[in-house]
Amino acid sequence: MGVSTFKGGVHPYDGKDLAKDQPIVEIKPEGLMVFPLSQHIGAPAKPIVAKGDHVLVGQKIAEAGGFISAVVISSVSGTVKGIEKRLTAGGTIADAIIIENDKQYETIPGFGEKRDYTKLSRDEIVSIVKEAGIVGLGGAGFPTNVKLMPKDINKIDYFLVNGAECEPYLTSDYRDMMETPEEIIGGLKVVLSIFPNAKGKICIEDNKPEAIARLSEMVKDEPNIEVLGLKTKYPQGGERQLIYAVTGRKINSSMLPADAGVVVDNIDTIVAIYEAVCLQKPLVRKILTVTGDAVAHPGNFRVPLGTNYQEVIAAAGGFKVAPEKIISGGPMMGIPLFKLDIPVAKNSSSILAFQHDQVSAEPTTACINCGRCVAACPENLMPTLMMKAALSKNSAKFEALYGMECIECGCCSYVCPAKRPLTQGFKQMKRRVNGERRAAAAKAKAEAAKKAQQEEAKKAEEVKK
Amino acid sequence: MENTKLLNLSANPHIRDNITTSSIMRDVVIAMIPTTIYGVLQWGLNAALVVIFTIAFAVLSEYVYEKAMKLPITIGDWSAAVTGLILALNCPPDIPVWIPCLGAVFAIIVIKQLYGGLGHNWMNPALGARCFLLISFAGKMTSFTPVGADTFSGATALAVLKADHGATVSLVDEFIGRIPGTIGEVSKICLLIGAAYLIIRKVISPKIPCVYIATVAVFTFLFGGFNLMFTLEEILGGGLIFGAFFMATDYVTSPITPNGQIVFAIILGILTGLFRLFGGSAEGVSYAIILTNILVPAINSVTIPKAFGKEGSKS
Repeated sequence: MGVSTFKGGVHPYDGKDLAKDQPIVEIKPEGLMVFPLSQHIGAPAKPIVAKGDHVLVGQKIAEAGGFISAVVISSVSGTVKGIEKRLTAGGTIADAIIIENDKQYETIPGFGEKRDYTKLSRDEIVSIVKEAGIVGLGGAGFPTNVKLMPKDINKIDYFLVNGAECEPYLTSDYRDMMETPEEIIGGLKVVLSIFPNAKGKICIEDNKPEAIARLSEMVKDEPNIEVLGLKTKYPQGGERQLIYAVTGRKINSSMLPADAGVVVDNIDTIVAIYEAVCLQKPLVRKILTVTGDAVAHPGNFRVPLGTNYQEVIAAAGGFKVAPEKIISGGPMMGIPLFKLDIPVAKNSSSILAFQHDQVSAEPTTACINCGRCVAACPENLMPTLMMKAALSKNSAKFEALYGMECIECGCCSYVCPAKRPLTQGFKQMKRRVNGERRAAAAKAKAEAAKKAQQEEAKKAEEVKK
Repeated sequence: MENTKLLNLSANPHIRDNITTSSIMRDVVIAMIPTTIYGVLQWGLNAALVVIFTIAFAVLSEYVYEKAMKLPITIGDWSAAVTGLILALNCPPDIPVWIPCLGAVFAIIVIKQLYGGLGHNWMNPALGARCFLLISFAGKMTSFTPVGADTFSGATALAVLKADHGATVSLVDEFIGRIPGTIGEVSKICLLIGAAYLIIRKVISPKIPCVYIATVAVFTFLFGGFNLMFTLEEILGGGLIFGAFFMATDYVTSPITPNGQIVFAIILGILTGLFRLFGGSAEGVSYAIILTNILVPAINSVTIPKAFGKEGSKS
């Protein structure tokens, strides 16, 4: 048995009271539906519909573009208007399928019909998950079917359901746990049927005692499933921190959880797996929390994928005051938004609107070497020294300080009394180092090719002689 | 629906803790108030003037320098006040007031600002200035005012012990502060109250002070004739408690790595013991700290811990 937490971390104000008791409300979108082809990690999907096509709820509209990629499913019935460039929550402009919603919500045959997962083979389950377009719904968007196919299924001895929800303000996973606990347990049973040696653990931070009690009660007769309370501390839900807290095993940036015998999926992903396998509903929705002190009626919403963010905010009563900052995701790791004319995607996270932006209000001053960042870093890094390397763009020094292990959780910037933008510096530096690595690899490849060519020429020369 | 006002953008995180540099420095000043009050009550007006003027000159010289160099004015971060106060508390109570004032100017301009200001100095400014004053005004800086009607005619407890190993100094007097010494170093009880405040407020960790004091204790016990009484008198008699909790813990001039902090504290302890037992002076804390300050970058660079999940790897 491992420990129940990790070293480092912070305790920010959690703000969850704003939305935690608001039941999930279903949104019926009015406007155009936009389905970006890239709403997951990996290659963009390839569209299989054309302008003028009629589509149904649950119909596949784009095929996976590679091994690490995901299909895209329509969440409405209606007519394809075309494929256009659209702004996404991540700030990039990407190709997207535009569908005019006929509001009939006509579904594909079999949609929502019950299915007994015990009669399905492992490969069938993985294939259903793949065809349902399921990716990690915690925000990363890694294709779930790939996670369900590790090299050695017998080596996996833990399947962790990540219900930590350690980001302040966010409550969608909590609502999932309170409202559809049977789907979480059902989904976990489905994936456990794939891994013969795995134990299922539903991991929840102990600031959600109602959820822990509820799920514990429901699994008391399940010998292979356990509900685990974790110490409330950010970033308890970080993959590496969660695995360490539960199993005592450590993984680093060059390892996958499967290398430590673990698979981790977020609560909503498990629900999506249940819906796809047992209810024949592919991934067509996302649970979002809309919250923050600028939102009129903070709450939790079940939103069809492709819905415009403006409609989601309108469903929460709009803004009571003009926000200074809007964030896609939580306050610690979320991405700031500059426009709301963007679609809800699989990798979208919650919407958080603040009346006041705390970051711009506080000037950056000199580092006093206080070491708070060192104490807060869950990756045991030296942020203050890494920042010196980052400011002088010294890649070698940055790597020697294990800078590439940074998970960009934001703890160092959060605790810094001098309000230094440490996380920002590391994000830039990691990109720089990755760029340099790619360039070096490309150069090495080009040189190898050149050498091969020369040798070829030499041989040809010799043959001629 | 669309906002007319432009939205703020910045990299994550979007929230910040309430603690600021000035709140930390203010806590350090608050922690030194008990020992300052004790010193002023014990020695009277001149001690009070030393404290007030040294702080004033420290803050003023920071302001004037920054104004002259067209730099942002940083006196609001309380760090200059901390330097002034530590320097004042390191001076004998009857010193002519202009001497610590000169020291304050030296601390702020030469040791702190010329190296780039707060965070960039490699030596503790107050201690650097104290050593500058000790060398420049050796007599004035080491002539201590007797306490009450008794006893050592102005020699500090450590000087008495140094002159005569067999002498005994009342531990109770040392603990309360009824001994000659600098304004702020004598009352161990007041210093420990302040230190407890800093530890509870999480401004400092007890790691460096505790390892430092323990190392001095072991060193003194081993090389001071296995005399427990003598060891205790050495710990409580001089500036060790003040130095360990308030100066060795200076963020800027102590290591950042967890193991480096232990190495730093052990070196401090050994140097202090060496200077006290085998050196010319009865005291050694100030010199030990500023000398070890020089080693901090080297200590940091050899004590970088392995990242999470990288423990087994070589790189």
